Amino acid sequence: MLRFIVQRLLILPILLVLFSIIVFWLVQAPPGDFLTSYVANLASGGSSIQEEQVEALRHQFGLDQPMYIRYLYWMRGLLKGDLGYSLEYQRPNSELIGERLVLTVLLALFAFAITWIVAVPAGIYSATHQNSLLDYAFALLNYIGVATPNFMLALILMWIAFAYLGINITGLFSPAYEQAPWSLGRLIDLLKHIWVPGIVLGIAGTARLMRVMRANLLDELNKPYVVTARAKGMSEWALVLKYPVRLAINPLVSTIGWMLPQLFSGSLIVATVMNLPNIGPLLLRALTQRDMYLSGSILLIYCFLTIIGTLVSDILLALVDPRIRMEGV
Amino acid sequence: MNTPIQPLLSVRDLKTYFMMDEGVVKAVDGVTFDVNSGQVFGIVGESGCGKSVTMKAVLRIVEPPGKIVHGEILLNCKTKDGDCQVIDLAKLDANGKEMRSIRGAEIALIPQEPMSSFSPVHTVGDQIIEAIMLHQPVDKRGARQIALQMLKDVGIPMPEQRLDEYSWQLSGGLRQRAIIAMALSCNPRLLIADEPTTAVDVTTQAQVLRLLRNLQQQRNAAIIFITHDLGVIAQMASYVMVMYLGLVVEQGPVDDIFHASKHPYTQALLRSIPSVNSTPRVELPTISGSIPHPFNKPKGCPFHPRCVKSMPGKCDVRTPALLPVGEKQWVSCFLYHDVEVAA
Amino acid sequence: MAANLPVEETLVSHLVSKAEERVSVASNWQLVWWRFRKNRLAIISLIVLVFFYAIVLVPDFFSTQDPEATESALAFIPMQGISFFDSSGFNLSVPAVVGKRNPVTLRMEWKIDETKKVPIRLFVQGYKYKVLGLFETDLHLIGPTDPKSADWLYLFGTDRLGRDQWSRMMFGTRTSMTVGLVAVALSVIFGVLLGGISGYFGGWPDMIIQRLIELLQSLPTIPIWLAMSAALPQGWRPDQVFFAITIILSLIGWTTLGREVRGRFLSLREEDFVLAADLAGCSRFRIITRHMVPAFMSHIIATSTLAIPVMIINETSLSYLGLGIRPPAISWGVLLQEAQNIQTVAQAPWLLLPGVVVILSVLAFNLVGDGLRDAADPYGH
Repeated sequence: MLRFIVQRLLILPILLVLFSIIVFWLVQAPPGDFLTSYVANLASGGSSIQEEQVEALRHQFGLDQPMYIRYLYWMRGLLKGDLGYSLEYQRPNSELIGERLVLTVLLALFAFAITWIVAVPAGIYSATHQNSLLDYAFALLNYIGVATPNFMLALILMWIAFAYLGINITGLFSPAYEQAPWSLGRLIDLLKHIWVPGIVLGIAGTARLMRVMRANLLDELNKPYVVTARAKGMSEWALVLKYPVRLAINPLVSTIGWMLPQLFSGSLIVATVMNLPNIGPLLLRALTQRDMYLSGSILLIYCFLTIIGTLVSDILLALVDPRIRMEGV
Repeated sequence: MNTPIQPLLSVRDLKTYFMMDEGVVKAVDGVTFDVNSGQVFGIVGESGCGKSVTMKAVLRIVEPPGKIVHGEILLNCKTKDGDCQVIDLAKLDANGKEMRSIRGAEIALIPQEPMSSFSPVHTVGDQIIEAIMLHQPVDKRGARQIALQMLKDVGIPMPEQRLDEYSWQLSGGLRQRAIIAMALSCNPRLLIADEPTTAVDVTTQAQVLRLLRNLQQQRNAAIIFITHDLGVIAQMASYVMVMYLGLVVEQGPVDDIFHASKHPYTQALLRSIPSVNSTPRVELPTISGSIPHPFNKPKGCPFHPRCVKSMPGKCDVRTPALLPVGEKQWVSCFLYHDVEVAA
Repeated sequence: MAANLPVEETLVSHLVSKAEERVSVASNWQLVWWRFRKNRLAIISLIVLVFFYAIVLVPDFFSTQDPEATESALAFIPMQGISFFDSSGFNLSVPAVVGKRNPVTLRMEWKIDETKKVPIRLFVQGYKYKVLGLFETDLHLIGPTDPKSADWLYLFGTDRLGRDQWSRMMFGTRTSMTVGLVAVALSVIFGVLLGGISGYFGGWPDMIIQRLIELLQSLPTIPIWLAMSAALPQGWRPDQVFFAITIILSLIGWTTLGREVRGRFLSLREEDFVLAADLAGCSRFRIITRHMVPAFMSHIIATSTLAIPVMIINETSLSYLGLGIRPPAISWGVLLQEAQNIQTVAQAPWLLLPGVVVILSVLAFNLVGDGLRDAADPYGH
């Protein structure tokens, strides 16, 4: 088991290099570059720029170099921890990405926590109180939760909050704390705002997890070891929580592997709709504006988060299930 | 049943029904028997006859939608002062403190499938120690000592190591022994062994039976042995009860039942056992027909559609009651009396 | 035992055995259908889906106006609710809309006028269109009784450019439902092909395909989709974009199915019935197609049905962000782009209706898919 994890950690850099090539090619693939869209923007705004100026800028930004040279510049920078320079914002990418990345990860982790805190007890209740009113209510919520796209839910919530309550639930901070340095007050402000996007982001995952938990637990509740535990004289709740729930949760742990990456990439949509400081909207703009180093770096970060998410899930699974820990994968 | 000693367990007219959407399944429909201290009591019958449900009812672990709808389950308990007190288990709350203190301590279960009767993610020791600590006033270390002793008693080598292993790391035979160890860990006065030899091979079967016999004699525990294997009954039990479709058809001392069975069903069962002494090239007798669907129980005596001695007009209308025939045998058949079951 | 049974009993047993016989000779698909039929929710959802796909085939029939027609004066007309009854019995009608020019913004503002009613009916004449590009007709499902009347029919209101949302919804349905279906179909083809090769042959092909699957699954889906979509040249026609988006969606979507198919083939290879077929002299191709594939075909169909709504949500999300289907093509996501601004939504909440349709279609697909999966599971009973 340890060997497996070490293997995965060793492959990580190779995967990242491979992905960096794919990613860089993707952002370079369409014809034109940042200056092309910059000129187009100027034109639609009514101003223009001289041809020689464009060429000079092109040379200054290194956009006239062949692709592999630009790639190597980028890789060299990455290895030094420098994520490149944003052509649009005229600032180092690490500055732009920095805090947004932290908030992206925080949002994803928050949604993840909400998902598990809600789904597991609800799933346990549904399985042990089959066909009760609450079970049907949960089932209904599950179906609707899975069917509703993230951004739709965000839109509806924002509309209701705005039209009927007059409040604006976008953003992660109140205006006062937006640009302020980190402090306890800022943290509390964050918590006050993060739960709405967290719920929106996590609803689909919660619905799915709840149904799987219910199904798994229903399977386990009929197994012989449950009868043995009951025959020992354990109280019903104690034995349900200690035995079948433990076993029903195991397969769920492997879902973390795709859930965390889903949350990272899904947060992109929710962040765009709700105007959150998140690397998602930044990527969207970078892609449409052809700000290649910025979009490339963000994409690579997403890849990194995805791989890490899968690895974390495998480690957790090994921790939780001794059968996997001891017999290898 | 007419012995002067108070029986350890007395089941009186137990009825356990399952309320399903499609109808009511009368899994146990009026079962009466006594088990004495130290006795090995066998319950035998085909699949679906209700023997497992009877056992589960005694332990009060019948799953919903099953319910005990009638009858008494009288357990003879020794209170702390040493007096004898009789408790009706049927009246207790199945998940209540009193029943739970009896379950596992006074009455213990040796479950049917040793392969899957342990949780695969908890160590064997963890589960045995839990059983001990549920009923005995010891701390974890003391419980561990008791668990170790139990493993030694059932003949598991290297018990220290085994305690910290998982059930799937043990062989089938060792797992079976560990399950028995767990059942015996609180010194129950009544053991219920639910088909303990069905899921194991013949060699292990012999070992398990020998182990159970030794343990039973050492501790003077009563065992209710549930099985469909008549050979095992002949080996182990001193008293046997034959069930069919939720009713008792015959019960009595093993010798009487095997050599002088009264009920046509018992006779047919015994005839259908292949034996070394049977005449070669003669067709093995079987019981004609098949077990009816639980929703389609026949009127009158449950066995009459398959009975060669069935009396039309009587057996297909009224259900015979369980009454003594001879000194210690009881049978429910109109061939021997004319009393029907009270409605 | 049967010698002297009364006549009725023999008849009943005869009928019972006839029914049993019917079950025993029914094909697998018939059995699946019979089980599926018992699931009422699934049947209702299936009817809903059939209705949706009818719209896909002839969106013009269901439309009331030209979906592209813009008229800024007609912006933000509210939804007109259909009334089914009036004083003289069953008559369909909608309330009229009255417009007033706002003196400050100089824009037209529209309100529902319950006092005036516009009679409508089913199967009217409207604008001309071609059915599936084959023949021309001007029959529409619903429309005003007097086709030349000055009052209009805007069942779902209009957007900021005065475009009729109901008709646009019909065309959006066509695009979104088709993208979902085609993307999943492609994924299934990729998945079954590559997963099958991987699982059946093992060895080198297996290793390579497995690494490929792992690689693709390590990619963050939405960001990569965005990047690929942004890479599409601006100049492409809508239908080219449509195909490109479909291919993009399926390029990463096939991996889950591929893995499952591979797993199935791996375990099926060891099954006794495969060995039996081999010993009986079946060719490899025959074993794969007639013995192995049918064993998990129903599972694949159920899984694919459940994958379609995921694709629909993905396409809708991408289009909403502007990197999917692009205007002037219409899809549910494109329609929802009009709802990006919260102030706009507060003013014209009917712009959120495409989202409701998304939810309905996804719900329907999920219920049908679940029903299929339960009906096809041979161990479910």
